[in-house]
Amino acid sequence: MEHLYEMLKQVDGYIYPNEIELHWGILIVLYPYITGLVAGAFILASLERVFKIKVLRPTYHLALLTALAFLLVAILPLVTHLGHPFRAYEIMTTPHLQSAMAIFGFVYLWYLMVVLLLEIWFDYRRDLVLWAEQSTGIKRRLYKILTLGVTDLSPKTIAWDEKLGFIVTVVGIPSAFLLHGYVGFIFGSIKANPWWSSVLMPVIFLLSAMVSGIAMVMFLYMVVSRIRKVKIDMPCLDEIGKFLFMVLILDFTLESLDQVHRIYEAEESFEILHMLVNGKLNITLFIMQGLVGTIIPLAILGFFRIHLPKEKIRKPLYMLSGLMVLVGVFFMRWNVVIGGQLFSKSFLGFTNFKLGMIGAEGYLMAIFWLVLPFCILSFFLWLVPPWKKHAEAELTE
Amino acid sequence: MGNERLNSSRRNFIRKSALLAGTLVVGSAVKPFQAMLFAANEPEKTMPWYAIGIDIEKCIGCGSCARACKAENDVPKEPFFFRSWVEQYTIKNDGTLAVQSPNGGIDDFVQTVPEAEIFKSFFVPKMCNHCAKSPCVQVCPVGATYESPEGIVLVDEKYCIGCRYCIQACPYGCRYLHPEKQTADKCTLCYHRLKKGLNPACFDVCPTGARIYGDLHDMNSPLHKFLKEHSTQVLKPQLNTGSKLFYNGLSSEVR
Repeated sequence: MEHLYEMLKQVDGYIYPNEIELHWGILIVLYPYITGLVAGAFILASLERVFKIKVLRPTYHLALLTALAFLLVAILPLVTHLGHPFRAYEIMTTPHLQSAMAIFGFVYLWYLMVVLLLEIWFDYRRDLVLWAEQSTGIKRRLYKILTLGVTDLSPKTIAWDEKLGFIVTVVGIPSAFLLHGYVGFIFGSIKANPWWSSVLMPVIFLLSAMVSGIAMVMFLYMVVSRIRKVKIDMPCLDEIGKFLFMVLILDFTLESLDQVHRIYEAEESFEILHMLVNGKLNITLFIMQGLVGTIIPLAILGFFRIHLPKEKIRKPLYMLSGLMVLVGVFFMRWNVVIGGQLFSKSFLGFTNFKLGMIGAEGYLMAIFWLVLPFCILSFFLWLVPPWKKHAEAELTE
Repeated sequence: MGNERLNSSRRNFIRKSALLAGTLVVGSAVKPFQAMLFAANEPEKTMPWYAIGIDIEKCIGCGSCARACKAENDVPKEPFFFRSWVEQYTIKNDGTLAVQSPNGGIDDFVQTVPEAEIFKSFFVPKMCNHCAKSPCVQVCPVGATYESPEGIVLVDEKYCIGCRYCIQACPYGCRYLHPEKQTADKCTLCYHRLKKGLNPACFDVCPTGARIYGDLHDMNSPLHKFLKEHSTQVLKPQLNTGSKLFYNGLSSEVR
């Protein structure tokens, strides 16, 4: 309780006495961030599969595996944050259907089981069978289990894999939209909180999710290529850069619209939000989210639309803008989740938030949750390396 | 002829079935929304339907209600957890506002604004509004927060998962996370006392009778008299929470 007494001294103006403690901390910042990466990476993958943007082929499997690695982790910070983590299953067994949060378990499971796992399985089944034949020991057993016993490699079955995988991806696009639009709705539907309550919230969350997911795959593609010592496919990278630019513009436009609308309507909450934005969120909103996460990447990627410099210059700049976008979107989540709790619902004052180092809500734990998906992804890349998939030519023949 | 009649009756049957099926589909889609409009439907008049009245003009800011609430309901003593508290609003001559609630009103109020600068000052006791369209009940993902048939918003602490969504959703700051139980906690209108025919603790201890509660179904209840004789207002009416806490003498500055 010590930290609350400390906090009591940092209260600005008047807040309701129950409002000193922030109820949703860094773990709830991570939740929309990680979920967003999933949705964004998946949408990038589906651009190749469904919208036939074949130049993106080198990143297709990487994007899918990234989405899966992050999705597996997405729910963990959420569950550990609960006062009673062992009661978490109640959301699934006795959901209260009027609650926006109650549906999350189902949306999550749908996305994990029906969309991602199925799509990846259809995509990899043939390779799993072949890998099982070629390898020995535990790896062989693992591949065998992953085939789920479907070892038929006749052209007809493989054609079905392709067809069913395609259908799953088509279903997956609205699912990805649902997954993240829905996360936005959890915040956007809270009428008590004027910083959250906005009909644009689900759309903004979705677009920023796409931005972050695309940036993440771009970043990972460059890193993985570097580690594997293979040449980066520049047309592919340029195409990703183009999409990142387009979605970033949309995202920036809608987020600005949201703010302009707030400022112009200047409702009851205007003064306190004005103070919030110019005070406690000053750096995270204007510098981190605005300048670092949006303006600079927009300028770099926009410049590439006008003039494409040499590969040697483009690569580090893509890397830089990808990383900046990732940082920017993280702070966007921060500004929503933390920012929305810093001001009192009496609109008369502010509480404070201090991110601790240790404990479940500390930043060490947050870093762990952020690093974990990369470890899982490395495992996936070791187990089912996209670059060792059997020649595509055989498929198309 | 007979054939035609058979055909037309078959057609009618199909038409009616389709209509019925359609109604069922639409009806089942609409039902959850209905429930959203009234989280707890005001039930048949077999049960009391409780509401609260607070007369700001009578409140002297003694803080007895806040103290009694903590004692009666085992609310943690630290100054961060309150089911019931008192705020002092001071409106200065220049129109600015000073609000305070030292330890929720349990500690003595000390007026910090010099008397010459005060335009007016008053106390506002706060507690759960026991809304009829409670945002907190709406958002609970497992249904651990619910409205009793008497219209009182309660939390099932054996069921609450501690996600704190309800705390975010309450516009009035009436909820907190119990530090030991790790579940949401809030005013129950002393449900345990009501069930025994006793008054809620804060009502019993109020020395000036500023608090009143009663059955909205009972036209002869003192609450009805209170509502009839005063122009009352609820907090944040624009949020349409169906608040059942009615204030007399509520200044527009109060949120």
